[in-house]
Amino acid sequence: MASASSLAEPHEHTHYTTTGLDNRKVAIWAFIGSECMLFASLISTYLIYKGKSIVGPFPHEAWTAPDGHVFKAILNIPVTSQSTFVLLMSSLVMVLALAAVENRGKPGYAGTLLGNSKLWLGATAALGATFLGYQAFEFTSFVHEGLTIHTNLFGSSFFTLTGFHGAHVTAGVLWLLTLLSIDIKRGLTPKDAILVDICALYWHFVDVVWIAIFTLVYLIK
Amino acid sequence: MNDHAPHADHEHEHPTWKQYKWVALWLTLITAAEVWIYYTPFASTSGYVPTLLLFSATKFAIVVMFYMHLKYDHKIFRALFTGPLIIAMCTLLAFFALFSHRAIPQ
Repeated sequence: MASASSLAEPHEHTHYTTTGLDNRKVAIWAFIGSECMLFASLISTYLIYKGKSIVGPFPHEAWTAPDGHVFKAILNIPVTSQSTFVLLMSSLVMVLALAAVENRGKPGYAGTLLGNSKLWLGATAALGATFLGYQAFEFTSFVHEGLTIHTNLFGSSFFTLTGFHGAHVTAGVLWLLTLLSIDIKRGLTPKDAILVDICALYWHFVDVVWIAIFTLVYLIK
Repeated sequence: MNDHAPHADHEHEHPTWKQYKWVALWLTLITAAEVWIYYTPFASTSGYVPTLLLFSATKFAIVVMFYMHLKYDHKIFRALFTGPLIIAMCTLLAFFALFSHRAIPQ
C-alpha cells in the first residue's frame, strides 16, 4: 500500500507499457470503453420502454388520471437545456485545467489566468456541482408532480439512466476536488499532467454521455 | 514492462486555447439549434429525429476528437474507445431488432 508521503509527492517513476504508453492512460481508455457498453444498455432499455407506460405522467404529453387529475408533460426542456450548457462549459474549463498543468512555467502560462490550474479545476468542480444541483431540482420536482421510480416504465427507466449518470458526475466532482486539494497543497507540475489527463478523460466521457441522453431522452418526442 | 520507455501518449500537440474556444462555441451553437427546432413545427416532421441524431453525433465526435484529444492521441487509444463503442452500438441495434416486433395474436 502506498504511504501518505508517497501520495503527496510527485511520481518519480512513471510506468509505461511495452507500447510506450502510460499504463494509467491505457487503463482509463479501457474503462471508458466498458462504460460505453454500460450506458448503451441503459439507453437502449429506456428507448425500448419509451411509449409503453400504461399510466402517466408522461415525458412529452399531458395525461388525465381516472380520478380526473390532470398531469402535465413532465420534462422541463428549458431547465435541462441550461444544465446541458453548464456541463458543456465544464468540459471547456477542464481542458484549460489540463493545459495549465501541462504548460506550467511556460511563456503565455506563467503568472497568467490561463496558467491558473487551481482556478480551472475549481471551476470545473463548481460547474459539475451546479449540474448536480439542476438534477436534484429536476428529480425533486418530478416526485412532487407524481413521477417516482415506481410510477411507470418511463419513471423506472428515466430515473435509472439519469441517476447512473448523476452518480458518475458525483464521482467526477469528488475526483476534481481531490486534484484541487493536491494542487493547493503542493502544486501540480507538468510531471503530474497524467493525473489531470485521466480525470479529464473521465469528465469528458461523462459529458458525451449527457450529449446522448439530452437528445434521446429529452428532445426526441 | 519497460519503466523508461519513451512517452508515446501524445502523437501530436494538443489544441490551443483559441481552438478550445471555437470548439465550445460550436457545441453551444449546435445545442441551441437542437433546442430551437424542438419548439418549431419541424419537430412534428419525419426529418426531426434524424436531424437531432446528426446534431448529437456531431457534438459527440467534436468532444471526443478535440477535448478528449483522440484525434491527436495514439491509435491504441482510438481502438480502445471505438472498439467498445461499435459493440455498444451493435448491442443497441440488436435490442431494437429484438423488441420492436409486435406480438403475434394467438
